[in-house]
Amino acid sequence: MIAFIAQRLVQSILVMLVVALVAFSLFRFVGDPISAMVGQDTPQSEREALRHSLGLDAPVPVQFAHFVERAVQGQFGLSYQLARPVSDVILEKMPATLELSLAAAVLSLAIGVPMGVYTGLRRDSWLSRLFLAVSLVGVSLPTFLIGILMILVFSVWLGWLPSFGRGSVVQLGWWSTGFLTLEGWRALIMPATTLALYQLTLIMRLVRAEMLEVLRTDYIKFARARGLSSRAVNFGHALKNTLVPVITITGLQLGQLIAFSLITETVFQWPGMGLMFIQAVTFADIPVMAAYLVLVGLFFVVINLVVDLLYHVVDPRLRTEGTRSAHG
Amino acid sequence: MTATAPLLEVSHLRIELPTRRGTQLAIDDVSFSIGAGEVLGVVGESGAGKSLTAAAIINLLEPPLRKAGGEIRLEGERIDNLSFDAMRRIRGKRIGAIFQDPLTSLDPLYTVGQQLVETIRTHLPLGERAAQARAVELLEEVGIPAARERIDAYPHHFSGGMRQRVVIALALAANPRLVIADEPTTALDVSTQAQIIALLKRLCREHGTAVLLVTHDMGVIAETADRVAVMYAGRIVEIGPVRAVVKAPQHPYTVGLMGSIPAIGHRLERLRQIDGAMPRLGAIPAGCAFNPRCPRAFDRCLVERPELMPASGTEAACWLHDRPDHV
Amino acid sequence: MAERAAMGRLRRFADSDLAYSFLHSPIAIVSAVVALAIIFGAVFAPLVAPYNPFDLATVSLLDASNPPAWIEGGDQAHLLGTDGQGRDVLSAILFGSRVSLLVGALSVVFAMVLGIGAGLLAGWRGGLIDAFIMRSADVQLSFPAILVALLVDGIARSLLPHELQDRIAVWVLVVAIGLSGWVQFARTVRGSTLVERNKEYIQAARIIGVHPARIVLTHLLPNVMTPVLVIATIYLANAIITEATLSFLGVGVPPTEPSLGTLIRVGNNFLFSGEWWITLFPSITLGLLILSVNLLGDWVRDALNPRLR
Repeated sequence: MIAFIAQRLVQSILVMLVVALVAFSLFRFVGDPISAMVGQDTPQSEREALRHSLGLDAPVPVQFAHFVERAVQGQFGLSYQLARPVSDVILEKMPATLELSLAAAVLSLAIGVPMGVYTGLRRDSWLSRLFLAVSLVGVSLPTFLIGILMILVFSVWLGWLPSFGRGSVVQLGWWSTGFLTLEGWRALIMPATTLALYQLTLIMRLVRAEMLEVLRTDYIKFARARGLSSRAVNFGHALKNTLVPVITITGLQLGQLIAFSLITETVFQWPGMGLMFIQAVTFADIPVMAAYLVLVGLFFVVINLVVDLLYHVVDPRLRTEGTRSAHG
Repeated sequence: MTATAPLLEVSHLRIELPTRRGTQLAIDDVSFSIGAGEVLGVVGESGAGKSLTAAAIINLLEPPLRKAGGEIRLEGERIDNLSFDAMRRIRGKRIGAIFQDPLTSLDPLYTVGQQLVETIRTHLPLGERAAQARAVELLEEVGIPAARERIDAYPHHFSGGMRQRVVIALALAANPRLVIADEPTTALDVSTQAQIIALLKRLCREHGTAVLLVTHDMGVIAETADRVAVMYAGRIVEIGPVRAVVKAPQHPYTVGLMGSIPAIGHRLERLRQIDGAMPRLGAIPAGCAFNPRCPRAFDRCLVERPELMPASGTEAACWLHDRPDHV
Repeated sequence: MAERAAMGRLRRFADSDLAYSFLHSPIAIVSAVVALAIIFGAVFAPLVAPYNPFDLATVSLLDASNPPAWIEGGDQAHLLGTDGQGRDVLSAILFGSRVSLLVGALSVVFAMVLGIGAGLLAGWRGGLIDAFIMRSADVQLSFPAILVALLVDGIARSLLPHELQDRIAVWVLVVAIGLSGWVQFARTVRGSTLVERNKEYIQAARIIGVHPARIVLTHLLPNVMTPVLVIATIYLANAIITEATLSFLGVGVPPTEPSLGTLIRVGNNFLFSGEWWITLFPSITLGLLILSVNLLGDWVRDALNPRLR
């Protein structure tokens, strides 16, 4: 077990280094940081001085080391566009994205899993067919389209919900939360639903497929042959076996919510990291782009790690020291 | 045969499979009975319909397969037309079942003890502790060493043979009158096979449980069964006491089967086999299903389908035994 | 002789399971019809569209912001209304579908070529090359495609001079979306290659001395194509969605030659002034297109899946 954790940690660090490398390359080789920071008619000597003070004339590996060192401390320099430290900007925007992602994650799980179980157990009922049809739509429509259609219906035509922003937020230390006000919740509904829809349909289809697969296994057949009640067979045995592999994939999917949020944030003008990133791309604001990359990379790596560990805890076959079962 | 009513009676069972190209009969008019405490073997090639028959008895046919006709009676009462719940109460309690692959028969996420207790408490009014005690007893009965400790182990901690013992324990947990064993040893190595068969035999004799033993291994049948039914293309072609069928088979197919088993002590140039192959569903010939491969077929065989008829110690579905001079 | 072979094949296909399940699945038929209609309209847009919305001579500001024909204020000349510049919405949709489909299809082809190439190389050569390619695939796979596409797009933007950006935006997009999607193809092809590599017909070819490139291309490739095609059908829908998203975010196809995504973005600005048709109709078209591609893909996969028969 310990060996496994150690191995995964090493892997994660490697991935992070690769991400850092990409971010660093962005920083260093795309465009000239100096030109972006000073005016047109700054004399060459001043540029050289600035270059030296920023360590930009050191050999590349050294610069990379510096970059990593600063990145680990959360220092990504100044935003070209906003002339503020990138770390400040990120801290300001992070709560918005995290709250949105959390709401969407809860929503997609709370609706997706039960729907998946139902359509797996009652394959031919009309409700199942309806769910499947709706899920197909959910997978087919791009997120931004759903967002726009929701705005059209609920903001423009019905006027029920606000179409942009977070509503009123309450400041708790450096964290700003929208969970404590009614306005905050109202503003959260549409973006959270939009973000959740795609994940929800994926989760539903996944749970259903896995459930159907499990219901065909020998141990379910044997459970039925032993006369166990439908509840015991379907929920005690089938569901538990379904959820084990589903946990891994779902965990990974939810990690992706953080990244997908950038589309939703753009549609609803939600002031989160995603919107920040889009604006950075349009303005070629490299430090912000690089920082976002590293941060998102970190999120993914951490989530992957947690999900892997969770899988080990949940599936008894994997707990045997050193041996990895061939399940999955 | 015994004077009392048979434990299980299957009459004219038909199972059909609707396909795109029409509905085909997978089991075509099969009838047999099993007496209390008796072991009936069912042999045949893969695809002959043995497992389907077994599944049909406890109503575990996988759609689109479905019963198309016939009756199944357990201790005199019909069980083929029961509600889902009523049938569920019979499974496990009055009819137990053992399937082929022990490696996949147990839920990998629960301990052996949990699965045993669950089964016990479903059928018997025992509390948790009493059920656990009974679970340990069952494990000891099937020969699992150190049962008290191993009861908390997961299935993947057991070898194939051990797992099949657990499966047997689970099947016998509620003391059913009949156990259906569908190829219980096919997935095991030869020495383990012998152990499991011996265990099954002993337990069923001790508890007076009848067994429907489905297998393609004639050797197992010869050792274990009281009577044997030979299936071919969804029909029973011969049925009778084991000694009679093995020593003096009356149906050409059974003759071929017995003949193809090499005997120790005889030298053979080549292994004998029956020419041709069993017909697939949808391509079953008219008349007797075996006629294309039968060395003794004559005109009637191509046209009329034979029913089981008395034939020197067994019953065989063969027109050879319908001649007045052939008694 | 060749004709008879073709007729024979056609008859066998008509008799096959594939044709059967198609003709008996109303959903497959409907989605095929819808998809074909949109594709037809898109491909033949210059001939079919009532106007050319990008020919400035035919566009007049006087016609600007007309609602669809069935609403008061609209007129028959512009069935689905006009946008803020006076361009006919129906024509814009037809031309927009063209761009969406073009970018989508090209991206899939690019991803396929890249992925198949990488997969064949990794599977055939093994060793360090295999390890390198697969590690890169793994790392990339931990990031959602949209992010990768955005990144490539963003980098291209910073590298290219401003005037050039609009002109080659389509190609930049194809590369970006293709780069974000090669991984799936590569993995599958690599897997199949590893399996096929050890089969006798390949060994035989090697022994005879056929050049490895020839073996790979003429013997190996046809045998790994089926799973590739399955993935391609899934990826086509994804590619279309990704392009539409990038265009909507403002970093995709520019408004000078808009795709459906760009049209939606432009129309978004008019939502609150009540001119909903400028966004709604391109949205519906995009939705229908993706939906029918997905349904067709689903049906193809089900029909090809031996386990579900």
